[in-house]
Amino acid sequence: MTSEKLDRLQMEVAARLPGFHVERLADALVVHVTIGSLLSTMARLRDDIALDFKLLVDLAGVHYPDREIPFELVYQLLSVHHNHRIRVKLSVKEGELVPSVARIWSCADWYEREAYDMFGILFSGHTDLRRILNDYDFHGYPLRKDFPVVGLVESRYDAVRGMVVKEPVRLGKEDREPFRQSP
Amino acid sequence: MEQLKEFQNYTVNFGPQHPAAHGVLRLLLELDGEVVERADPHIGLLHRGTEKLLEHKTYLQGLPYWDRLDYMSMMCQEHTWVLAVEKLMGVTAPPRAQYIRTIFAELTRILNHLLFVGAHGLDVGAMTMFIYCFREREAILDMYEAVCGSRMHAAYFRPGGVAKDLPDGLEEKIQAFAEDFPAKIDEYETLLTNNRIWKQRLVDVGVVTAEQALDWGFVGPMLRGSGIAYDLRKAEPYDAYAKVDFDIPVGKNGDSYDRYLVRVEEMRQSTRIILQCLEKMPKGDVKLQDFKMSIPNRTDMESGMESLIHHFKLVSEGFNVPAGEVYLATESPKGELGVYIVSQGGSKPYRAKIRSAGFNHLQALKKMLPGHMIADVTTMVGTIDIVFGEIDR
Repeated sequence: MTSEKLDRLQMEVAARLPGFHVERLADALVVHVTIGSLLSTMARLRDDIALDFKLLVDLAGVHYPDREIPFELVYQLLSVHHNHRIRVKLSVKEGELVPSVARIWSCADWYEREAYDMFGILFSGHTDLRRILNDYDFHGYPLRKDFPVVGLVESRYDAVRGMVVKEPVRLGKEDREPFRQSP
Repeated sequence: MEQLKEFQNYTVNFGPQHPAAHGVLRLLLELDGEVVERADPHIGLLHRGTEKLLEHKTYLQGLPYWDRLDYMSMMCQEHTWVLAVEKLMGVTAPPRAQYIRTIFAELTRILNHLLFVGAHGLDVGAMTMFIYCFREREAILDMYEAVCGSRMHAAYFRPGGVAKDLPDGLEEKIQAFAEDFPAKIDEYETLLTNNRIWKQRLVDVGVVTAEQALDWGFVGPMLRGSGIAYDLRKAEPYDAYAKVDFDIPVGKNGDSYDRYLVRVEEMRQSTRIILQCLEKMPKGDVKLQDFKMSIPNRTDMESGMESLIHHFKLVSEGFNVPAGEVYLATESPKGELGVYIVSQGGSKPYRAKIRSAGFNHLQALKKMLPGHMIADVTTMVGTIDIVFGEIDR
């Protein structure tokens, strides 16, 4: 987006969402919300004519293990009529319930399932919070920073028992990542 | 006494190895007779953890993973990644590279839409289409091979330009193809557009209104089929799209037939873009001459020590990207393909979230399918043009 357009959007957002921390990046506008104000803010962003964010483009989770509040949810919103975008960020503690925005945008359904699957972020008011991309019997949350790239279990066919068995990964991280010393 | 037991609903597993499932879709269908009552798509059978892997690779090593996302429109996937990395680095590719990328992005769009038309035809019983479409796909895949040595997984676009300049004679070949191709599209249209069976299977199947399309997060041809003229190539032009002239086709009724027409027209527009790009393309560098970021030429590496060191550093350590975050999206043939990169400095991204178009389109199936006949399921799976590489990531 051009900077004039961002200026205009920033003014509109500041007028309609007083009291929120609005951060201006080089090419994007970021609104920081809290869990309590998430649903009302999102409804406002979607329904206000001047903002008109009718499309939820993306929902990304990010894990910052060093921070006091380790998780961050990043919502990307788009208005196809005004052709502008905004980013909404929400910090989430471990095990904290985030209100589901699936009633505001239907497509949030699977995005929230993905955030649950990958980070273990829990959503309240979600009708169907199951794993989505990982296997049905998967354990752990793979996109957390403490989850190893090689995974925790590996499966193989056990000819004696005549079935596929899952065992802890035997190859150490050192063997799988020969170049891990390089920066 | 004979007891009659009445069956109401029963559940059918459509896939994951169904030939019309376009890959590994497991679709649980609850049927009442032949009518679908409830649909529950299960995905993740092709999940390879691309996002996790990207966090552990340098920006250059991460690039080939993008080919493998939507493996039917390879270079368009790379396009998102290279533009996002360029934006984080604050650089732009040289003009010739931008034109080359635009040409190949459009060739890729044709490549994808040809598969869509062919496979969609095959799904609803038009076998010939598939063979016709693969004839032209072959020609485009030859261009892929000419430019990067690989027919599918190209890794041709690079942050800061493209890997190599076009080989001699390829421009003429692309020109001849683009001039010839509209006649081929006419050929497809004689087979399908007014075909009675084709229309019976597609018209009024899977109607999506504009409000629904926005609510379900549709983008690309799915959104335009419902009448909203939103195209990232016009809305947020990248590379050479601002310098070429083309139209955005939109549908009227939002049914499967409109989406088919939109995609066919997009192929025609793509040939227009390609021809204009070929005409306007300047001579010059095809990648940034800043060798802290782009790999030096092979001939320099053989004689110059500095180039060799640059090459070694780039392929082992990679280039450092300043801290920051970016969300960048391009118009891939299936819709908005975006990436949200969080960088904390260093040569690897801290987090890269891939936003794929098919993810939303597929989840809308559970809303679109109920009320349709089971024979329409294949039409609907075909019309949303899914490829599991990008959905499962």
